[in-house]
Amino acid sequence: MAERMTRAASRRKSNTANYMDYSLLFIVIFLLGFGLVMVYSTSSYEANLQFDGDSAWYFRKQLWASILGVAAMFFVANIPYHFWERFSVLAYLVSAGLILLIIPFGHSANGATRWLYIGPISIQPAEIAKLGMILFLSSMICSMGKKIRQRKGFYAVLAVPVPIALMLWLITSNMSSAIIVMGIAALMLFVSCPDYKRFIFLSLLAIAGAALVVFVIVKMAESGADNLDYRGARILAWLDPEAFASGKGFQTLQGLYAIGSGGILGKGLGASKQKLGFIPEAQNDMIFSIICEELGLFGAIAVILMFIMLIWRFMVIANNAPDLFGALLVVGVLGHIAIQVILNIAVVTNTIPNTGISLPFISYGGTSVLFLMIEIGLVLSVAKGIRLKDL
Amino acid sequence: MKEVDYSHKTFHRNKTVAVFFLCLAVFLGLIGRLVYLMVFQSEYYTQKAKELHERERSIKAARGRIIDANGEILADNKTVCTISVIHNQIEDAEQVIKILSKELELSEDYVRKRVEKYSSIEKIKSNVDKSVGDIIRTYELAGVKVDEDYKRYYPYDSLASKVLGFTGGDNQGIIGLEVIYEEYLQGEAGTILTVTDAKGVEVSEAGEERIEPVNGDDLYVSLDINIQSYATQLALQTMETKQAQGVSILVMNPQNGEIMAMVNVPEFDLNNPYTLPETIDTADLTEEKKQELLNAMWRNGCINDTYEPGSIFKTVTAASALEEGVVTVNDTFSCPGYVMVGDRRIRCHKIAGHGGQNFVEATMNSCNPVFVTVGLRLGVDNFYKYFKQFGLLDKTGIDLPGEARTIMHSKENIGPVELATISFGQSFQITPIQLATTVSSFVNGGRRVTPHFGVRVMSTDGEQSKSFAYQVKDNIVSKETSETMRYILEQVVENGGGKNAYIEGYRIGGKTATSQTLPRGTNEYIASFLGFYPADNPTVLAVCIINRPQGMYYGGQIAAPVVKQLFENILPYLEKMDYNNSSES
Repeated sequence: MAERMTRAASRRKSNTANYMDYSLLFIVIFLLGFGLVMVYSTSSYEANLQFDGDSAWYFRKQLWASILGVAAMFFVANIPYHFWERFSVLAYLVSAGLILLIIPFGHSANGATRWLYIGPISIQPAEIAKLGMILFLSSMICSMGKKIRQRKGFYAVLAVPVPIALMLWLITSNMSSAIIVMGIAALMLFVSCPDYKRFIFLSLLAIAGAALVVFVIVKMAESGADNLDYRGARILAWLDPEAFASGKGFQTLQGLYAIGSGGILGKGLGASKQKLGFIPEAQNDMIFSIICEELGLFGAIAVILMFIMLIWRFMVIANNAPDLFGALLVVGVLGHIAIQVILNIAVVTNTIPNTGISLPFISYGGTSVLFLMIEIGLVLSVAKGIRLKDL
Repeated sequence: MKEVDYSHKTFHRNKTVAVFFLCLAVFLGLIGRLVYLMVFQSEYYTQKAKELHERERSIKAARGRIIDANGEILADNKTVCTISVIHNQIEDAEQVIKILSKELELSEDYVRKRVEKYSSIEKIKSNVDKSVGDIIRTYELAGVKVDEDYKRYYPYDSLASKVLGFTGGDNQGIIGLEVIYEEYLQGEAGTILTVTDAKGVEVSEAGEERIEPVNGDDLYVSLDINIQSYATQLALQTMETKQAQGVSILVMNPQNGEIMAMVNVPEFDLNNPYTLPETIDTADLTEEKKQELLNAMWRNGCINDTYEPGSIFKTVTAASALEEGVVTVNDTFSCPGYVMVGDRRIRCHKIAGHGGQNFVEATMNSCNPVFVTVGLRLGVDNFYKYFKQFGLLDKTGIDLPGEARTIMHSKENIGPVELATISFGQSFQITPIQLATTVSSFVNGGRRVTPHFGVRVMSTDGEQSKSFAYQVKDNIVSKETSETMRYILEQVVENGGGKNAYIEGYRIGGKTATSQTLPRGTNEYIASFLGFYPADNPTVLAVCIINRPQGMYYGGQIAAPVVKQLFENILPYLEKMDYNNSSES
């Protein structure tokens, strides 16, 4: 009797209280903390040599970005997400503008021009563009209503990210970000249209196109063409990394050494050998290979499970969002993180050709962490709109 | 909420679920890929990664010692240390510089330059005494590595230098016994596997994996340090008094071929084998010339060089003739001071001639005309048959590198004159060891032994040992011929040309020789004497060869007394040793 009383009371209380998705919060905080541990583990040896004994150099920068990210997440989570709807066009324009600013003011590192410096802080416009795209498309699809089901509306949504993706590809040579931006748009479109056939057709077309490109490049290489650009060489290195061990295949092969030598249980946290300079900047895109080496197959699967749980939480929140705008925002974030995790692990395991892509929450990179946390803040804000009776 | 919105939401829910399951499927595929890489390909990649990370450093194995007949160590290993610094591990650079420069007696600047150099490992000094290395170790300085290493060390410096030989930088034998017994002495090097980073810097936390070296086996040789020392002293004294270019003394057991001493003065310092004698001005020598001089310094005259054996070779003529039956001890000859061979007159060393004499007396007198006569009686075919039978045309097979072959006329080129000169030991060349081995077979009952030093090898812990067996050829000459030879040669010492080697109370046999150096016409000679004891069943045979003495040059005059002196000192010693040995068994 008393039990029934308290349950009723709590239900009544919950009906009015805002919902906080603690599962999501926990998963994100765990990934962020784990990421910090791995950033320290992978970067300390190199940092020690590079910064005169300061082995925590990368770790400290990442820690500040993470703290800032957590603060930004809570800040955004407490703002009703409809507040941002009015900035959607602005977000699109700012994204485009920042990418264009790279032409005169861009900062280069590792042979690519992808960064803007504001004082001592460096930002990657590509990360802002991903968030901007999610916001803009959510707003656009909502205002389109049923028009999206028509051919014109469908292709309009598909055309919107193209300029941004093209700019990212051509100006910053960042093909992976371009793919992610297009992928986010495609997923949001998929969710907002009742149709399946068109998507299956388009996916098959994309797969056929990719296969054709690989086929043509391999044939060109066989006929002795030496005018393949670096993307062509990447395809060849993907097919046989050991044949390009000192060139394009180097990073991939070193990553495979790390993954393969990890075995089932791994060498133990901190015991990686490949991070000792064999994999350059192991704290960046290749961090998953060091996770495999140190924590083994179990650790790697555990990390993937965390991401699956994260995506599951996104799905639950999206499907219980109070309105379409909120749902689309969450679907956009889901798309962003899922695509990026899948591409990263696929690249590291040499399942697809090498392209620079970081592992969300874990790879070193301040802008990436900050904007990912803002996206999580948005999702939490959407989640707050859920009334428990809807669950 | 509007109705439209709600229907909208239904398919959008389904689609979001579809997206989730699509992602799940891809993730499962990636997990499958990871399982393939980390389980099924793990061994391959682990091996590849290991090759990439590990650096091998070898640990030298201690080389086996060389030990003489008395158990004295002739070649040993000295533990030396190599002091190095590892830049990354140094904590207090100033202290490291101070202590290392003090203990190693190096200038602070020299040490500082190496300590401050950014490198994986920097050697400060090698071949440091172990005691100094131990002191440095006690400071426990971070970043300072004291590695132990072995260096070959010869306690007796130059003693038997040309026999023992020395080793090179990698502890490998360069000349002498060190070369021949390399496979036993060298042992097996161990390895230290260290983990390095991409730049090759050792990662200290990763630790080391060691494969311990296997030390080389000790070599026990028949060389007797006491005899070798005395013979060396004697040879040096002779070289000094006769102003000779070199003196060689060889002492062996004619029964089994064991060599007790092999002296070739001047010897060289085994601990500094690349230092030429001080008498040579090395300042303006080309590398080539210097190497030539070094090679000359390292030559072992007893086996590497051939010479005309002269009258000692008459033993070969005598043994052949006796074996063939063309002469008996009682055959009488007459020497007018020369003998005609074809149109050539070959003179005797005694110009007036020896007159009438039997074969024993002719040998005692070392009479050339008699031996020419006997040689001609034998004929080319027989002579050559015995050369082959005696093993003169082969190498002796001594366990030292670079043994020289006999330089002999080919059979079809031997005319009467050549045959005549061969009969008394001229016009061809053999090595001293060949001569000693051949005469051994004449006096030991007709067995050709293999001269050797190596007796056995034994592992350091004494658990495994291997004795060497050497070839012995029987029936070189008959027992009777051997007995006759012993009788004749004892007569040579008792009453003949070798009487300077006679020792009261000892039955000694022997033969003298005086030969010219080649090419002829320089008026330079080689005086030699071969003696053995006891004459009835010899167990020790000694050869002394004096190369280019000044003044008196007859073997009977200057070489025989050396062997006499040698025997006077070593025979009582050997008898005592024998007595000890027999009392033991």
